Amino acid sequence: MVFLLPILVFAGLLVGLTVALSVAERVLINYGVCKIDINRGDKILEVDGGQTLLSALNESKVFIPSACGGRGSCGHCKITVRAGGGPVLPTETPFLSRAQVRAGVRLACQVKIREDIEITIPEDLLNVQMFTAEVATTRLVTHDIVEVLLALKEPAEISQRPGQYVQLQAPSPEGPVYRAYSISSPSYEKDTVELIIRLVPGGIGSTYAHNLEVGDATVLTGPYGEFRLSEDPDVELVCVGGGCGMAPMKNIIYTVYERWPDRKCWLFFGCRTTSDIFYLEEFQELARKHPNFRVVYALSDPLSPEERWDGETGFVHLSVDKHIEPGGAKRSAFLCGPPPMIEAVMKVLADKGFTPEDIFYDEF
Amino acid sequence: MGEISPFVILIAAIFTNNILLANFLGMCSFLAVSKEIPTAAGLGAAVIFVMTATTAINFGVYHHVLVPLGLVYLQFIVFIAVIAAFVQFVEMFVERFSLHLYHSLGIFLPLITVNCAILGVSLFMIIRKYTFAQSVAFGFGGGVGWTLAIILIAGLRQKMRYSDVPRPFRGVAIAMIITGVMAMAFMGFAGMVRIQ
Repeated sequence: MVFLLPILVFAGLLVGLTVALSVAERVLINYGVCKIDINRGDKILEVDGGQTLLSALNESKVFIPSACGGRGSCGHCKITVRAGGGPVLPTETPFLSRAQVRAGVRLACQVKIREDIEITIPEDLLNVQMFTAEVATTRLVTHDIVEVLLALKEPAEISQRPGQYVQLQAPSPEGPVYRAYSISSPSYEKDTVELIIRLVPGGIGSTYAHNLEVGDATVLTGPYGEFRLSEDPDVELVCVGGGCGMAPMKNIIYTVYERWPDRKCWLFFGCRTTSDIFYLEEFQELARKHPNFRVVYALSDPLSPEERWDGETGFVHLSVDKHIEPGGAKRSAFLCGPPPMIEAVMKVLADKGFTPEDIFYDEF
Repeated sequence: MGEISPFVILIAAIFTNNILLANFLGMCSFLAVSKEIPTAAGLGAAVIFVMTATTAINFGVYHHVLVPLGLVYLQFIVFIAVIAAFVQFVEMFVERFSLHLYHSLGIFLPLITVNCAILGVSLFMIIRKYTFAQSVAFGFGGGVGWTLAIILIAGLRQKMRYSDVPRPFRGVAIAMIITGVMAMAFMGFAGMVRIQ
């Protein structure tokens, strides 16, 4: 009893203060309805003021990529604010270069709507939708990489381009967070989204994805990404991937051979050991159907006595160096993998006559 | 302490018993936000407001809740909770009505919560057994005194930008020395009024 009274008094006081603050918030933080003008009149939203730009846009079904759930720690939700955003906050400056600050780039999760606001976002983001989906299949393709096939439910179809990605919603102690994964299913398969996800120890998104079971309901938003594949069938494609940098490549390659069966295309894929190899048989099968498709896997670790491997060895950039001819033909390269791999491959490609405009890459 | 008039306490809190220069409370924001006069004045205004209001609220809570229930030992945690909630309120208020001040105060507005001068005033009020009028006068005077001190040092620091301060003394070091000199100068008011 001696302890009960002080606890009750203190708790009562806190409750009283909280109620008073909530009432004050209702009355004070009331900015009325504000207008958001997207891309100079393309879309005009009317939202309640006082919330952040990111949550207002999300509520109005304009999905801005964001991985941290609006806490200002990922820096993904960059958009351009043309008018009405107030000054850049100290929480944003670590994510913005000086040129970006001058151009009006802001983090949407930090901008509070207090007046009518004008923003510019990439055209593609207006097409981003939120999907509900059900896990159709899930399969470990290597010891730590899982392939998850999601059957879309609502909306039932996605219109994506190879190289684009979706954000998968994962639960976390602080509410749902989103993690970006490239779409590995080809773009002509409109009713499913396939993701290839490597387990990151302690990672929120990858742990969630690895524990998914057939029939589980998931939520994702997408497609994001401004990358566009060259539509010219004479342009030769060179795809170089490492680790789980397979997802965008698979999408690109299957989409390309659906549309242009004779297009020239290379796939170089770097693994450490034979246990990291996946999709090799599928690609070899594809290569038999399309003679202009060449697939090269390279193992970087020395072979152990029980392993059998008759493909390339060494880091993947060495294989690129060996197989790609120098010359000025029209070519595009797509790189996806860890930064040291990207750097090494870029160097090799530059020696082969690729200009920086021909090379697209995604580091992780 | 019933005999001292609230007006005397007000004057004393500003000059002779300046919370900052006599008790050296609230030094962190004093040193951090004293580079520009307008910002210093803004923070000062927020401190005056918070200090006056929290002294009044804390007086009520102490004498009408804690004393009757015999929970006087809860005063520290209760005072801090009241101050924190009130600062939240001020933050909302400033954000709504003076966005410019809101942005220039930045992190220091929420930091008033842990400004020891504010808690200090509430505790002095209890120790010195002030009446309600005396407490409010003391709170208001304490805020004005703190504001006066921060505006004075902000003015001095603005002037000092053009002076040739020896290298080891630049920044906070010279600000501390100036604060000490100002405290000694304020001792000159000592004969004016006296409270304990």
